[in-house]
Amino acid sequence: MNIAMPNLLPVLPEIFVLAMACVILLVDLGVKQNRFIAYALTQMTLLFAAWLTLSDFHSQVEFTFSHMFVADALSDTLKLMTYVAVSVTLVYGRAYNGLRGLYRGEFFVLALFAMLGMMVMISANHFLVLYLGLELMSLALYAMVAMRRDSPQATEAAMKYFILGALASGLLLYGMSLIYGATGSLYNNEVALAVMQGVESKALLSMGLVFVVAGLAFKLGAAPFHMWVPDVYHGAPTAVTLFLGTAPKLAAFAFVMRLLIEGLQGLVADWQGMLVVLSVVSMLVGNLTAIAQTNLKRMLAYSTISHMGFMLLGILSGALSGYGASMFYMVTYVLMTLGAFGMILLLSRRGFEAEHLNDFKGLNQRSPWHAFLMLLVMFSLAGVPPTVGFYAKLAVLQAALQAGFVGLVVVAVLLSVVGAFYYLRIVKLMYFDEPLDQNPIKAEADMQLLLSANGLGILLLGIMPQPLMALCIYSIQHSL
Amino acid sequence: MNFETIVFYIFSAILLLSALRVVTARSPIHAALALVLAFFTAASIWLLLEAEFLAITLVLVYVGAVTVLFLFVVMTLDIDVAKMREGFWRHLPLALAAGAVMATEMILVLRTRTDTVAPRNLDTHYSNTKELGRLLYVDYVYPFEIAAVLLLVAIIAAIALTMRRRKDTKYIDPADQVKVRRQDRIRLVSMPAETARMKDEGERMTNEEERG
Repeated sequence: MNIAMPNLLPVLPEIFVLAMACVILLVDLGVKQNRFIAYALTQMTLLFAAWLTLSDFHSQVEFTFSHMFVADALSDTLKLMTYVAVSVTLVYGRAYNGLRGLYRGEFFVLALFAMLGMMVMISANHFLVLYLGLELMSLALYAMVAMRRDSPQATEAAMKYFILGALASGLLLYGMSLIYGATGSLYNNEVALAVMQGVESKALLSMGLVFVVAGLAFKLGAAPFHMWVPDVYHGAPTAVTLFLGTAPKLAAFAFVMRLLIEGLQGLVADWQGMLVVLSVVSMLVGNLTAIAQTNLKRMLAYSTISHMGFMLLGILSGALSGYGASMFYMVTYVLMTLGAFGMILLLSRRGFEAEHLNDFKGLNQRSPWHAFLMLLVMFSLAGVPPTVGFYAKLAVLQAALQAGFVGLVVVAVLLSVVGAFYYLRIVKLMYFDEPLDQNPIKAEADMQLLLSANGLGILLLGIMPQPLMALCIYSIQHSL
Repeated sequence: MNFETIVFYIFSAILLLSALRVVTARSPIHAALALVLAFFTAASIWLLLEAEFLAITLVLVYVGAVTVLFLFVVMTLDIDVAKMREGFWRHLPLALAAGAVMATEMILVLRTRTDTVAPRNLDTHYSNTKELGRLLYVDYVYPFEIAAVLLLVAIIAAIALTMRRRKDTKYIDPADQVKVRRQDRIRLVSMPAETARMKDEGERMTNEEERG
């Protein structure tokens, strides 16, 4: 029996990350005293993986592993962004983790495995692979949330995340099995072909689609499937919240692209309506509930829900430019989230979590530069020009407008005005209130530098959004 | 009626009888042993269908591992059979209702006639073990590998969450013990000789300290 060896070249980054995760696991066993080695190895892994991905950038679509793995411009771009997000997360969380007993080898190994799951999802061409990638990522994330096991909040958050995540996976899997029953295939492109040619049982297919969309909404954290988001964001250690609020969102975007757009593009009329409902409810619930929050992590969780609603605006337009706009939105959203949670991590110190809104009072008097960076992040989240958040919102609104959803766009604009209230409240607290907390702000130089770059990047991208937008459009165009 | 059909009916009869014994046997050990017989005859029926891989797996996994586990549990637990049978009449209506639902479902499924297809006649060299292996390790090697990584992550996560040094353990590392030096254990304190007055004062001070 002759077996053709699969082409391993496109999978090289994945293989490398997997191998390095195992190496770090072993190295950490040997050197228990010095955690810096594990940290440095993880960062080097990310750097080298980025180099591997970059040196083999696919402008053409390439398949391997009997067409289950796809490498295209979309996957390569999203993977590069994922490396950056994970790397920045680890830099921001280093001091925080160190003070809370989380600066351990397992943390880095689990982070790398979660990232591997994201990479698998990003370049999956088969429903089974998509699902396995999702589980790989989720399993590592559950463990990371639960890692601070002495904290009842963290344990509760992990439990909720685990149970609701399992439920969502079940929904998703059930939907996939129904789609398999209707089309007879699990490959994205074959499903698309079968849908195009018309299937015997349209009801079965629609039923599958409903379950798949519900499962996706769960994973994205879109209302009315958002119940886990605030509790998990609030309960998890801030460094872990930062991790699960950033890179997995990119993977979730890839998941939506692969499943809904590559696989079920033929059913666009069916899922468009569902996404409209998800989008409106998310923006409504997210923005209105966020106003009542006094905890910044919880507020940012609700803000995530509303941002997912905005992101869906681009996808539901059903056009290439809309997908590009959504991708742009997701990338910039990750950038803003990194900044916001990075600031919480910066102000936290031993035995103190700066997660309350009041902890930001008078930040301008304590450190004008950090207050300015936070101002940029908040302006961007609210969508105030000239920050990048404005341009991202504009792009998705344009896409929705072009698809003819005028009412939806009006609702979105109104709700983003509502949303501006609670972002600008933080700005007010920072600049016009007296500080409650006079402790000096201390942080490592690498974090300071990166946080500044993060904040300025938001401003710079807002002034010059074109290169990133062009990259997003390019990736979408060369992949679909 | 050819020979294969006769064998099938014999195996089926044994399977049904042993399955019945599993639920009716008074002793849990007998029930577990009847379960072994049921698995074994089910494996034989699979062999008749030329699904030898499934048959072997059934014997290896269920007969070899799962039932042994059952027996272990039965032997280590103190099961009071009389106590377990206590609520029989009380739970009977519920059990009957559940049974009726299941029976209706089965009847509904069996009544919708689907065309049954006879197993394909394969040539003698065909091995479905090989075919399954090819499918798993060639066509589906990528998901297979990811599933393996998933299991690894499950192990790491479970250990990371459960293993830690407890504060109240009395474990002492022998390596640390032998490295102990004299100055770790003995502290020389030079104190002036005490007179009666100083001793009184000292006691008063310690009393004050205790109160303070």
